[in-house]
Amino acid sequence: MADSIRLEVTRYRPDSDSEPQLQEYDVPLRQELTVLDGLNHVKNEVDSTLSFRWSCRMGICGSCGMNVDGEPRLTCATFLSDYAPGPVRVEPLANFPVVRDLVVDLYDFMEKLPRVKPWIIRDDDLSVDDGEYLQTPEELDAYKQFSMCINCMLCYAACPVYGLDPDFVGPAAIALAERYDLDSRDRGARERLDVLIEHEGVWGCTFVGECTRVCPKHVDPAGAIQRYKVKAAKESVKAFLLPRGAR
Amino acid sequence: MTEVRVYRRPIPTWWWVRKRTYFVFVMRELSSLFVGWLVVYLLMFLWAVGRGEDAYADFLDGADSPWVVALNVVALLFLALHVVTWFNLTPQAMDVRMGSRRVPAAAVIASQYAALVVVSAFVFWLVTR
Repeated sequence: MADSIRLEVTRYRPDSDSEPQLQEYDVPLRQELTVLDGLNHVKNEVDSTLSFRWSCRMGICGSCGMNVDGEPRLTCATFLSDYAPGPVRVEPLANFPVVRDLVVDLYDFMEKLPRVKPWIIRDDDLSVDDGEYLQTPEELDAYKQFSMCINCMLCYAACPVYGLDPDFVGPAAIALAERYDLDSRDRGARERLDVLIEHEGVWGCTFVGECTRVCPKHVDPAGAIQRYKVKAAKESVKAFLLPRGAR
Repeated sequence: MTEVRVYRRPIPTWWWVRKRTYFVFVMRELSSLFVGWLVVYLLMFLWAVGRGEDAYADFLDGADSPWVVALNVVALLFLALHVVTWFNLTPQAMDVRMGSRRVPAAAVIASQYAALVVVSAFVFWLVTR
C-alpha cells in the first residue's frame, strides 16, 4: 500500500468565490485512517483554513456526513484504504446549500423536524409523582429501530426527491414520526398524520430506497414512509366511507 | 444573525444516469408505462375477439408486424423488471406479522411469486380448457 493518498476537496469561500472549486491535498494512508482523519491532517498540518464539521469520531454524533466519491457517508466511518490508490473526492452533503467548504446549511431540516412532533404526546397530563409509563421489551422492539436515527442527514443527501423538491418533509423526519407513532406510550399518531398526509409529506416519496441504503444506523426510513402511506391511505378510505362519529 | 451567502448547487438533468441505483429506480418508474401499454393491448385484443372472426384475424395480422413484436418484447422485459423490483420492495412497505413475530422478508417475497404462479395457472386453464 502506498503511504499517501490524494484528497480532492470542495472549497467554497463565500466572501471570495462565486462557486465551489476543488483543491487537492495528499494525506497519509494507513489501514486505520478514515476520511475524517485525512481532513484533520489537512486542517492541522497543511491548510488551517479548511472548514468541516465533526465531533465524536465514532458514528454517534452525526456531524461529519459528507459526499465521499459521490456517496453520502459518515467520514469518521469511511476508511481511506477502501479508496486506494485514490484520489478520493470529498464534497459537502448533496442537496443542501453550501455555507463554506464542506459545511452545509441544515436550517431547512431544523424547521421541518418539529412539524412532525417527534416527542411523546399524551391525552392525560400526569405528574412525575404519578410514576413512570411502563413498557414491555416487545413494545420497545416495535419502535427501537427507528429511534436509532442520529440526524446525520445522509438520507436527505441521497434522496433525489428532496433534491428536486425541497418542500418534501424528507426521510429522517418521517422515520422519526413513525418512531413516536409506534411507541406504546404515545397518543399523537393522529396529529402527525395530519401533517404527513399532505403531498409534501409521505406522498412526495417515490420509494427510491436510497435513504435506507445509505443510513449508517440501519433505520430504514424508506420502510417507515411506505408504512405511513398505508396508514394514510386507510385513513382516507375511512374518512370517505364512514360517518364522522365512527372514524 | 449575519447574512451568510450560501451556494445552491444545481441538479443536473441527467442526475439519474450517474448512479446505478438511481438508474434502476428511473427504469422501474418507466416500466409503469409499458405495464399500461400491455393492459391497453389486452383490452384491444378482447375488443377484437368480441367483434367477431374478421376483427380477430385483423388483430392477429397487426400483432405480427415487426414493430408490434419489438414493442411487445421490450414491454415484456419492462414488465419483468416491474414485477421483480416491486416484489422485492414489498417486505419493506408491509410489516406482516404472525402473532407477535415478524414474517421474514424472503417469505413475503416468495408468497407473491406463489400467488403469481396460482393466478397464471388459473388464467392458463381458463383460456385453454
